[in-house]
Amino acid sequence: MIRYALRVLSLAAALGLWQVLTSRDVDLWLRFSQFPTVTDVARAFADRLAGPDYWTDLTDSLTRILTGFLLAAVLGVATGVLVARSRLAEDLLGPVLEVIRPVPAIALVPVAILMFPSNEQGIVFITCTAAFFPVLVSTRHAVRALTPTWEEAVRTMGGGRWRVLASVVLPGALPGVFGGLSVGIGVSWICVISAEMISGQYGVGYRTWQDYTVVDYPGVFVGMVTIGVLGWLTSTAVELLGRRLTHWLPRTAYVPAARPRSARRRTGATAPAETAAAPPAGPGAPPADTAAAPTHTDSEEARDEHLVRD
Amino acid sequence: MSTSSETETGAGTGTGTGTGTDTEAGTPTGAETGAETAPGTKSASRTLTPPRGTRLALRDATLGRPGAIALTGVDVDVSPGEILAVVGPSGCGKSTLLRTLAGLLAPLSGAAEQDGHPITGPGADRALVFQEDALLPWRTLRANVELPLAIQGRPRAERRERATAWLDRVGLTAQVRQLPHRVSGGQRQRAQLARALAGRPRAVLMDEPFGALDAQTRAGMQDLLVEALHGTGATVVFVTHDVDEALFLGDRVALLGAGRLTAVREVPRPRERAAHDDPARTALRHDVLTSLGT
Repeated sequence: MIRYALRVLSLAAALGLWQVLTSRDVDLWLRFSQFPTVTDVARAFADRLAGPDYWTDLTDSLTRILTGFLLAAVLGVATGVLVARSRLAEDLLGPVLEVIRPVPAIALVPVAILMFPSNEQGIVFITCTAAFFPVLVSTRHAVRALTPTWEEAVRTMGGGRWRVLASVVLPGALPGVFGGLSVGIGVSWICVISAEMISGQYGVGYRTWQDYTVVDYPGVFVGMVTIGVLGWLTSTAVELLGRRLTHWLPRTAYVPAARPRSARRRTGATAPAETAAAPPAGPGAPPADTAAAPTHTDSEEARDEHLVRD
Repeated sequence: MSTSSETETGAGTGTGTGTGTDTEAGTPTGAETGAETAPGTKSASRTLTPPRGTRLALRDATLGRPGAIALTGVDVDVSPGEILAVVGPSGCGKSTLLRTLAGLLAPLSGAAEQDGHPITGPGADRALVFQEDALLPWRTLRANVELPLAIQGRPRAERRERATAWLDRVGLTAQVRQLPHRVSGGQRQRAQLARALAGRPRAVLMDEPFGALDAQTRAGMQDLLVEALHGTGATVVFVTHDVDEALFLGDRVALLGAGRLTAVREVPRPRERAAHDDPARTALRHDVLTSLGT
């Protein structure tokens, strides 16, 4: 609860600072006199919300980014897995991908204009390319970093390639994949807005640029706020979905509730001798221990279980 | 018991003693009968329970990866239903041996055989149990145990039922819905054992399965393993660096060292805790430790 209050407070403070600086026309090297105030922007926002264009822009931009991003997610994961799992694919695709990767997606505008019959497809292409590489790279790393025993286990159960892919590779790489998706959705917004500014018809980026060319500064800020909110919402959606799908990850619990438990764990181990017995016994050591202390086994195991069940 | 592998150094040491006690130790389709008798001799007594175990063999095999040979000239024959313990210092190629038998690695030369047929790849009838981290962390313990059954294409209800039964058997009734990282290391290994056995493999290959556990938990796990194997008739190759573990579990122990299989020795009275002080066992233990020490 306190944390939510803090978050709201942080946003409110930023808006307050903005309002003070602009309404007082502060000119200290940074010049805020030309800046619209928060109230100006709010008024413009309300006007826009009442008109039809705002919603058309919004849905246009969302459609573009979602199409591009979903395509990038599918293609990025597929290519990433392929490159990580197959040496042939790595040799064939790797060099091409590495050469294209450093090119900023927005620099592909000429390519998009040449290649695609409509602006719409061009914008989706640019958005897709932007998100594709972060997804590809993180998928590739995640697949390569998979624990080898998982695959060996499934193969010795009689599982084939597809079973390994479905039961080990895809679920196991998911945490890494979502790292890439989070980065990807952010880059997608940058590119969809830029592409709209350059070549769009309708869309939040297009409208923001239009407002700028007709010197409608409150309108520009309406656009910026819209982009900010949409970006935040979409990345939160990706984040939440990711957390849901990777709920099995052992997380270092930062939740306050976890703290007393770890404290209890420490106080629970009363006998100091047990800490000495705990580490896996070395090759030579065990003979005496195993035979001598069978009763100890139960208590050790029981205590373990007790802690775990807690 | 005098299989071809016994041409090694340890040939014939405990041939007589082992046989009688083994039968009491409780592996009904156990090694002794199968190994000792030439095919056919005792077949009458086995017709009711056909042997589930499989015969595994390495013939003059060189094991490892190209450029990193771990073992050379390995000749070993594991009889159906037998428990063969493999001991050796760390890095001596124990895991390589096991992965070759599992079919994950091909021998560089020589042959790896199952029931006389070359092993060409991993298969469901040779389950592998790892030291740790082999459970899929996104699956609950039950879903992990269900996995081999799903791969075999069993219907969902049967999968669930058998997985639950196996988890009960290894004492994890309360943890069926837990994720692996939420339970203790010992419990994870029990779940792994359940997963390996749920698929009804004919051989279980165990790669230091209790190596990461503390000594006390480990003793409990050894008893559990013996109990869980009871009635499955599966052939077991159990790799460990713990000599006492090997002598407790194995019908025979194979010693690895210096890139070779140095000896295969019969174990007197395997799987009997009381046999720890048996003079024959003590002598064997001394021999094994000496040969590993050099």
